[in-house]
Amino acid sequence: MVVELQTNVQARYNGQSEPVVNDFTLMVATKNGSGSQTSNEVLIRSLFRMGIPVGAKNLFPSNIKGLPTWYSIRASKDGYVARRAVSEIAVAMNELTAAEDIQNLPPGGVCILPKEWKWGQRREDIVYYEVPVKETVAAAAVPADFRDRISNMVYVGVCAQLFSISLDIIRQALLDTFGGKEKPAMMNFGVVERAYNWAAENLEKVDPFRFEPMNETAGKILISGNEAAALGSLFGGMTVAAWYPITPSTSVIDGVLDYRHLRRDPDTGKETVAIVQAEDELAAVGMIIGAGWAGARALTATSGPGISLMAEFVGLAYFAEIPCVIWDITRTGPSTGLPTRTSQGDLLFLYTLSHGDTRHIVLLPASVGECFEFGWRAFDLADTIQTPVFVMSDLDLGMNIWMSDPFAYPEEPIKPGKVLRQEELEAFISEHGEWYRYKDYDSDGIAYRTLPGTDHPRAAYFTRGTGHNEKAAYSERSEDWVNNLIRLHNKFKTASELIPQPVTDYDASKSIGIITYGSNDPAVEEARDLLAADGLETNYLRIRALPLTQDVIDFVLNHKRVYIVENNFDGQMHQILRMEIPQDNRHMVSLALGDTLPMTAQWIQAQITRLERQPVQEK
Amino acid sequence: MPNALGLERTDYKGAPSTLCPGCGHDSISNQIISMAYDMSLPMHRVIKLSGIGCSSKTPAYFMGRSHAFNAVHGRMPSIATGATTANRDLIAIAVSGDGDTGSIGFGQFKHLVRRNVPMVYIIENNGVYGLTKGQFSATSDEGQRLKYYGLNELPSIDLCLEAIIGGATFVARSFSGDAKQVQTLLKAAVSHRGTAIIDIISPCVTFNNAPDSNKSYPYGKEHEIPLHEYDFIPAGYVQPYEEITADYEEGQTIDVEMHDGSRIRLKKLDKGHDPRSRHQAITILEQAQREQLFLTGLLYYEEPRQVLGETLQLTDTPLTDLPKEKLRPSKDTLDKLMQSFM
Repeated sequence: MVVELQTNVQARYNGQSEPVVNDFTLMVATKNGSGSQTSNEVLIRSLFRMGIPVGAKNLFPSNIKGLPTWYSIRASKDGYVARRAVSEIAVAMNELTAAEDIQNLPPGGVCILPKEWKWGQRREDIVYYEVPVKETVAAAAVPADFRDRISNMVYVGVCAQLFSISLDIIRQALLDTFGGKEKPAMMNFGVVERAYNWAAENLEKVDPFRFEPMNETAGKILISGNEAAALGSLFGGMTVAAWYPITPSTSVIDGVLDYRHLRRDPDTGKETVAIVQAEDELAAVGMIIGAGWAGARALTATSGPGISLMAEFVGLAYFAEIPCVIWDITRTGPSTGLPTRTSQGDLLFLYTLSHGDTRHIVLLPASVGECFEFGWRAFDLADTIQTPVFVMSDLDLGMNIWMSDPFAYPEEPIKPGKVLRQEELEAFISEHGEWYRYKDYDSDGIAYRTLPGTDHPRAAYFTRGTGHNEKAAYSERSEDWVNNLIRLHNKFKTASELIPQPVTDYDASKSIGIITYGSNDPAVEEARDLLAADGLETNYLRIRALPLTQDVIDFVLNHKRVYIVENNFDGQMHQILRMEIPQDNRHMVSLALGDTLPMTAQWIQAQITRLERQPVQEK
Repeated sequence: MPNALGLERTDYKGAPSTLCPGCGHDSISNQIISMAYDMSLPMHRVIKLSGIGCSSKTPAYFMGRSHAFNAVHGRMPSIATGATTANRDLIAIAVSGDGDTGSIGFGQFKHLVRRNVPMVYIIENNGVYGLTKGQFSATSDEGQRLKYYGLNELPSIDLCLEAIIGGATFVARSFSGDAKQVQTLLKAAVSHRGTAIIDIISPCVTFNNAPDSNKSYPYGKEHEIPLHEYDFIPAGYVQPYEEITADYEEGQTIDVEMHDGSRIRLKKLDKGHDPRSRHQAITILEQAQREQLFLTGLLYYEEPRQVLGETLQLTDTPLTDLPKEKLRPSKDTLDKLMQSFM
């Protein structure tokens, strides 16, 4: 694939092919904390306003200021938003990485860099545009304090001119980015305009890349997964959020803080959402378990190291059957790992978190739309099943900006689950002559609970992580222990019917299947198109939650070969499938990337093509 | 005799204790029962919380009609924080031990008092790990010897001092052998609005009751120095209020008014301690540490500062009782919000 791409781009550069319109990636290399986020956002918003499908990937360091950061913006007339390994255009604004950034350009690529570096133009197979960054900012008469940050607007202006974004669009995007604030928007615009005009007068465009307006983004929104999760939670009736800051989950709670006013009590101006910054993740999860026990809809958001700390408490919530919602915005582990790189490496850990025999519900959103939907649905599931519910997103989905259809309003009312308030408890006792906290009255494994504060002499029960019988009394009898675990297993079975079901594209005539989950979805969809164009037709199933459902098992069994695509090193979903599917499953092939970066279609395509064209001997 | 709710004292009992006969913890459970009965606590609003350890088993032994939560070791404070934040009407009574509070849960303990979570936090402090059969705890005396583990060479942590430094608004120490004082302090604590810490020295008759241990019955009985004599005056009790002098002078009584209008009247004894002074409380505790004095009583009391729910500016209606329309904004709100992302 790489070879083919290089040939194409080289051909274009030699002036032998058509212009490349809305189908390339522009990468901006800067230093962390230099303010380039704003400029990059302006570029994305501009393309979005032009109606061009756009995807963004921020590759940033675990650092406050100074280390290198790369931001790539992919325009795709076909609507593909997955990461591409190759960028045709490099805006090299970081002298420390520029050599590598230039080296990584494909033949025919474009490099935009500050003129004052006097770097020369070593590569003959790419186009260089040297831009007087300092001079342009100096001439714009910007207050000294703003000069460094605003210098990023120079490349915005130059890119706008070179690749055909109108100044009017940029002005609008600046206003969007600054939340409609005229003053900062216009100060930045002054620099953009100056750079734009300079480019028009001084640069001769010799590359083939350009943007053209389309109509593919009308009615769509741009939002990050973590912001979507926060909104979903607020629309899901969340009343308590306890958390401890950790990359890359922090912006979930920032989102809650930003939008909690939507839930502020209009009559009193008081809050209906308690947001408590805890002293650590142990306390954060303890708070939501205490709140869930008392009847609140409680959430925490964290990442791998936080999940490790929460393991003991989550076991208690599982065993004492207390609802709560835990978002894991995964990053690369083990250990501190790479805090600002993406991964799906927590899957197995979440599935069986805590000591002893535990199984958890894990929701796996693949889009910002699902982050919103699972945001509210997770509370209904937690309350209905009376158990902790994990939602595993990742850094790529959570922190990058994605295009989406506007979020749909929850189609179902809030489901509090089997909670017996005063009158309901009275009615229950008249009907059954009793009420026991952990007794399975409905044969679905889910018992009825009461909340502290229920004014009824028989409402109270003792919540404990120690062995207990169906009356919630301490018990060391082995049959009580076993009966309880059998019920918990039945409850888990019930859960598999209530969780989001897989999304499938299946045609019995095809013998190759692909299974994935979470943020790999756009790359898999693109890879399927690439494979189909090459004569390899595939079926597709995207798992949206654990436990596995029968559909997943059937899908695996109905193919000659099934590829499990995931972004961790050990192929964790592959392991779960092997564990849970008792039939012969040797036709499952693990495609586990785990290279710390978001999945690419090219990698999937290359792997499947290699294996299908030169099939490995069956064992 | 029935109390104001028409309940007898037996109604406030729990299951029979499974602790060692003579355990100091059982006498504290009894005082909790008496306090709750005397104060006519509505049991459905009480939540009993604990961590792990002998002390943490005790919520099963009182107020059987109240919800209880036996959490993980040392992490009861976070459960209390979550539960009382979710439902501000709950009356939280927590029992912890010296291992639970002074070691594994030390961080949560300090942060709980810092947040001023409204609750009664009882530490049943015996200076030893009982369930694991007799290890030193963080409150064991320096220089103490135990049969198997030998000499304790580390200084002991004073949990009252830690609570005061951490920002607690009600800090007391007592002795499980001093039933009257325990009961009076419990009444004051349950009337306090904020975190009320009561560190009760409660001898472990099995592992730490040798007369030379300062957590033993013989030691406590011989060395206890109460700082005050107490009267607890319930809210609404009719008496000539004007007679009580608010200003403190040597030899006089001090009346501390609780949030609910009840008062605890302190009559100073030898040490002449004024619990309204943080500085004096710290000084007297440091002196006690230096001179090996077993001081008991209300050590520190601060005019109620805002409790966590107020800091968070929560609705007056408990979050758990909000009607559904306050839990989910309208479709119109979502649609307008979506417009802003376009």
